[in-house]
Amino acid sequence: MKFTRLDATVLTLCFAFLYIPILILIIYSFNESKLVTVWGGFSLRWYRDMWSNDGLMDAAWITLRVGVLSASLGTILGTLAALALTRFGRFHGRILFSGMIYAPLVMPEVITGLSMLLLFVSLNVDRGFWTVVIAHTTFTMCYVAIVVQSRLYTFDRSLEEAALDLGCTPFKTFFVITLPLILPAVISGWMLAFTLSLDDLVIASFTTGPGATTLPIKIYSQVRLGVTPEINAISSILVAIVTCGVIVTSLLTKSRELQRQRDERAAFRAGG
Amino acid sequence: MAKSLGPVKRKFTPWTDPNEKPFIRFENITKKFGDYTAIDDLTLDIYEREFFSLLGPSGCGKTTLMRMLAGFEDPTSGRILLQGKDISGVPPYRRPTNMMFQSYALFPHMTVEKNIAFGLKQDGLPKDEITARVAEMLKLVQLSQFAGRKPSQLSGGQRQRVALARSLAKKPKVLLLDEPLGALDKKLREETQFELMDIQTKLGLTFLIVTHDQEEAMTVSDRIAVMDKGIIKQVATPAEIYEAPNSRYVADFIGDINIVEGKVTAVADGKTQLDCGGMKVAVVEEAHCAAGDEVAFAIRPEKVSISLDPPADGTVNAFHGEVWDIGYLGDFSVFIVHDENGRVMRAAQANIARLVDRPITFGDMVWLTWKAESGLVLTN
Repeated sequence: MKFTRLDATVLTLCFAFLYIPILILIIYSFNESKLVTVWGGFSLRWYRDMWSNDGLMDAAWITLRVGVLSASLGTILGTLAALALTRFGRFHGRILFSGMIYAPLVMPEVITGLSMLLLFVSLNVDRGFWTVVIAHTTFTMCYVAIVVQSRLYTFDRSLEEAALDLGCTPFKTFFVITLPLILPAVISGWMLAFTLSLDDLVIASFTTGPGATTLPIKIYSQVRLGVTPEINAISSILVAIVTCGVIVTSLLTKSRELQRQRDERAAFRAGG
Repeated sequence: MAKSLGPVKRKFTPWTDPNEKPFIRFENITKKFGDYTAIDDLTLDIYEREFFSLLGPSGCGKTTLMRMLAGFEDPTSGRILLQGKDISGVPPYRRPTNMMFQSYALFPHMTVEKNIAFGLKQDGLPKDEITARVAEMLKLVQLSQFAGRKPSQLSGGQRQRVALARSLAKKPKVLLLDEPLGALDKKLREETQFELMDIQTKLGLTFLIVTHDQEEAMTVSDRIAVMDKGIIKQVATPAEIYEAPNSRYVADFIGDINIVEGKVTAVADGKTQLDCGGMKVAVVEEAHCAAGDEVAFAIRPEKVSISLDPPADGTVNAFHGEVWDIGYLGDFSVFIVHDENGRVMRAAQANIARLVDRPITFGDMVWLTWKAESGLVLTN
């Protein structure tokens, strides 16, 4: 197939549409001027100032902690849910359960946020850090469950049977055979959950309380008072973190694939 | 049921000794998956040190039977006895059986050495003992130089041997082999069959093998159980199964055979006379049937001779027809002969001399004859 001029144009337009806003954000984060829209020369000033902006730094710290905690909890729960759904055959209500796992993915975030808020209010829980963690765990575990589930569908059950057959208890088998083998999927699930938690605004706004302002909430509320170059700077850092994550993940996958191919060639040479 | 055929290939026949206790006993085993009956009221005895095959097409229940012995499936009803003890309810990790899986199921994240050591570690053996045992196993399967490799760095044949070593490491009372050679090419498979027999004799273990490959079962087994749709059709030595199958199913499943439907005309004087649609057949055997019964006459192609000349007596045990096809197999040639009624008979001839001018060719009118001792009467 030939790569025509039309293809090139379409491709360029698509990428421009996707990335020009982000590019502008990054460029202006290096702007010397205090006015966001006026270019005043290159400077790292806002990256410096950002560190001394306590409000922003607190929010970043909270976001990071919420992300790590909720991603970890969500990964544990999501992995268990995936195991239950793939392993226990046709238990009563299996279809209902697997449907329910997907539901939060298509549920509008406003609804999820609102229902969480109503739950916390009716339980009379003080909203703050932990309510955000719980809310994020709830919606990220679905994503983890789906990632892990797709790995488990292709998992060779005879590996577990072999371990049992050789005298390993089912509990231990999970930790020495199953978990190490599905670990890449579990880690992907964790990264996905962490990223989702990192940039969630809607659910966090519903479930947070005083003293637990996450970075997206902070940015959003500051922007309403006017965009400051500091926001550009911290947003650029977020973009950098996410990009690094994506690149590292794909490199890992790629190198595993290469290793596998090398192994197969070696085995082929060994012959017999 | 089976005819006596004189001495069998090895002098090991515990199943003929009424005082011998079975090592493994499947007792009235039924296994249902929902409405589907995988195993139907099956009873089977296997003796110590026996190399026993479960042979049948896919879906006949042979793998289910083996998995029940390993503890991965529970029988719906019936008992499994190992050395006289009921092992129902004992989980797989407490059974003295080990299994070699069809997919080998090698742990991909562990080296060859760790794979083999896995079972020993679960038993909590001391480290030096494990090391010694692993080295011994690696030597047994000639893989010592591959100890540090991962399964993905091995060829199919090497993986198969690691799987064997891993399942033998714990010295199981019974080794279960699920289609152990299915993934290997023909030549390697044949070599490995003999290796397996060697190892079995050397270690003095009981081997239970599941296979759909009749040649494999014939080569390695002391006895074979031919299975179909959850029941056992026949249990006998390979020679008995081949020479004296007890049913059309077994006859047809094992090797190549001509089966012709017919009617019994007489059973007398140590002979059974049949009329197969005009073709008269005599068999040296008083079959369990009476005149008028619908039975089948069966004869292996290699027991049929082919000739251009009419036989001395063309009225009985003879078939006249035209050569439609010749299958050249190297060691054998198979002639497919059609008679004027459209009946088909196959004759196999050993290609004893190299590059002879084959006297018989396509379109020739030929006579197929056989001895009365060679044929069989199948009553079911």
